[in-house]
Amino acid sequence: MKKTIILGALTAAGLAAAGAASAGTLDDVKARGKLNCGVSTGLVGFAAPDANGNWQGFDIGVCRAVAAAVLGDPTAIEFVPTTGKTRFTALASGEVDMLARNTTWTFTRDVDLKFEFVGVNYYDGQGFMVPKSLGVTSAKDLDGATVCIQTGTTTELNLADFFRSNNMNYEPVPIETNAEAQQQFLAGACDTLTTDASGLAATRAAFENPHDYVILPEIISKEPLGPLVRHGDQQWGDIVRWTLNALISAEELGITSANIDELAKGTNNPEINRILGTEGDLGGMFGLDKQWAYRAIKAGGNYGELFEKNIGENTPVGLSRGLNAQWRDGGLIYSPPFR
Amino acid sequence: MTTTSETPNGSFRLSMLLYDTRYRATTIQIIALFAFMFGVAWLVNNVIQNLAASGKTFDFGFLWEPSGYDINQQLIEYNSRSPHIRAAVVGLLNTLLVAGMGCVTATIIGLFIGILRLSKNWIISRLAAFYVEGLRNVPVLLWIVMTMAIAIHFFPAPREFRGENPAATMKLFDSIAVTNRGVYIPKAVFSDGFGYMPVFGGSFHVNLDAVAILVVLAISLYISHLIRKRADRIQEETGDRPTVWYLRLAVVLLPFLAVLWLLGFHLEYPQFKGFGFKGGIHMRNSLLALWLALSLYTSAFIAEIVRSGIMAVSKGQSEAAAALGLRQGKIMRLVILPQALRVIVPPLISQYLNLTKNSSLAIAVGYMDITGTLGGITLNQTGREMESILLLMLCYLLISLAISAVMNFYNERTKLQER
Repeated sequence: MKKTIILGALTAAGLAAAGAASAGTLDDVKARGKLNCGVSTGLVGFAAPDANGNWQGFDIGVCRAVAAAVLGDPTAIEFVPTTGKTRFTALASGEVDMLARNTTWTFTRDVDLKFEFVGVNYYDGQGFMVPKSLGVTSAKDLDGATVCIQTGTTTELNLADFFRSNNMNYEPVPIETNAEAQQQFLAGACDTLTTDASGLAATRAAFENPHDYVILPEIISKEPLGPLVRHGDQQWGDIVRWTLNALISAEELGITSANIDELAKGTNNPEINRILGTEGDLGGMFGLDKQWAYRAIKAGGNYGELFEKNIGENTPVGLSRGLNAQWRDGGLIYSPPFR
Repeated sequence: MTTTSETPNGSFRLSMLLYDTRYRATTIQIIALFAFMFGVAWLVNNVIQNLAASGKTFDFGFLWEPSGYDINQQLIEYNSRSPHIRAAVVGLLNTLLVAGMGCVTATIIGLFIGILRLSKNWIISRLAAFYVEGLRNVPVLLWIVMTMAIAIHFFPAPREFRGENPAATMKLFDSIAVTNRGVYIPKAVFSDGFGYMPVFGGSFHVNLDAVAILVVLAISLYISHLIRKRADRIQEETGDRPTVWYLRLAVVLLPFLAVLWLLGFHLEYPQFKGFGFKGGIHMRNSLLALWLALSLYTSAFIAEIVRSGIMAVSKGQSEAAAALGLRQGKIMRLVILPQALRVIVPPLISQYLNLTKNSSLAIAVGYMDITGTLGGITLNQTGREMESILLLMLCYLLISLAISAVMNFYNERTKLQER
């Protein structure tokens, strides 16, 4: 008799577990006390553990801002390193709550894979890096070259299209992670390395002799990179989207990690007040408190600060703002208003 | 005898299903069967529910969409506009290639090492033991990665072959180039060849030159076999064996050379051009690393199987053979190995299966096998996990069953004929 009860209980528990995946991500994260954030396996400047094992980088900044907004603690994060191949499975299966991992926003990923890209935090394009000694100055000279690529990426498809449309041949060398790509490229097992231009700059920064390598001028694709969440949980999607927008608006409105405490006491600019929660209750509309954006910005600074600190011109990665400048400075970074 | 075997009086009661030993076993089995079926049903239901919840359909239509990616090693024609199914076939052929090559070399190496381990020479047998224990006690993935790392860092990059005084030169009268992108060897080309014949409505092309050569070889091998049969017969009748080896060699070699000459056979040598070597056959280092690592690793297991097989043949057999005046090598070849084979073959089958399944680690070195194409890039670009993985499992299952079938057939033939 007892056995029957136990079996029955197990069955019921099993059936309940099958249906549990559809509960709200926000509640899950709050109950867990930790945000599971999918990141890359290591790309200096964007997401890489430092000497002490703490994850640092531009994409990490987005994770920290979301954790700060939702949980009030920018360190309450479980970073889940994912490869180009495993990232979507990790997100779709609920292993991670969000992906902040230089992932290109495309139609099929948005529509067919059922993901929700909440915005763009870096406008990128695919480029090629070659050793200077190869004497190549244009991607059009790469006919017959051996090309190292990370598999499971849009770059793989762009590469095939680029060489095909230019009637050129190439030999692809598929590689799982950026570290392996770097190893093969440096050993000369491939002539050129291709990925997003920002990724190339970040990879080159980690080389022993970065000046012996050049990034070719051609950008062969549009690669809008941004954080993404699962389809179907609008509330969670809104939280991640507006956390990113808060970071962008903060730069536009001049809110920095240095002056945020001052501004949080109240200003004459109503939009700053709305963002920082001294006026209205924007956070309450998606289940957070009034201070959510204050904590998100305070965690690592605004968009511009994150950029300068991790990948800006004064860092080894050395990227200029370019397309990623604020819209008022001629770039594409633009947040809808907080109203 | 216990009392339970006596027929109890009275009618059948429900509790007897559990307490009567005549029914208990059946009851338990039926319950277990229901539990199992319930488990399977629950899993299937879970999959269907979750697919429905995430709004995905179960549909293999994506296999006919253009794949959009390129594959470096292709045994059949393929480009980025070919459908996903063709990419899967390219990967499948690559899997079969490395598995086939691996099984052959692993068997040869394993046979040698296994025999060496039984050597009376202490140093040789110890060295063989060291080989076996060293190789089989380290995960095969590490061997694959290490072989690849050596291939990349030890051999010169193609750019070192450039210039007036290159740092690296080609080997064997400039016919073979060993680089860290792989080994380039001369390729057989036929200037007066038949070319290719399309089959299955042009989806595959058969190399008619290869077919012609294989047909000629098969015929001459059969004739050579008949000559040997005749020699055997004469030996049976007269006791003297006629010397036929030159005849047999000529029967195989002359038609072969003749057909090569007729087809205009010559070698195409790899040449340095542009970024690297062009022409010849490019054996990529991913293939070489995977092949080498898989063969060495599996050969350690095969060596142990061979050793156990040989030790299973009783000592009297080799002593009797020695008493008949056979030399050591002939004893092994004619007496010991044929008897050892029936012990060796069944466990050998599982080693072949292991090698084939281990080849799915290919992605670690970027070898595009079926796990890399169908289970890797296709899965990733289309997001059809369920369909891709099921198809992939089916492929490996079919390959394994095919290997099993062939080897079991061989086993039937080599096993002891009991009278």
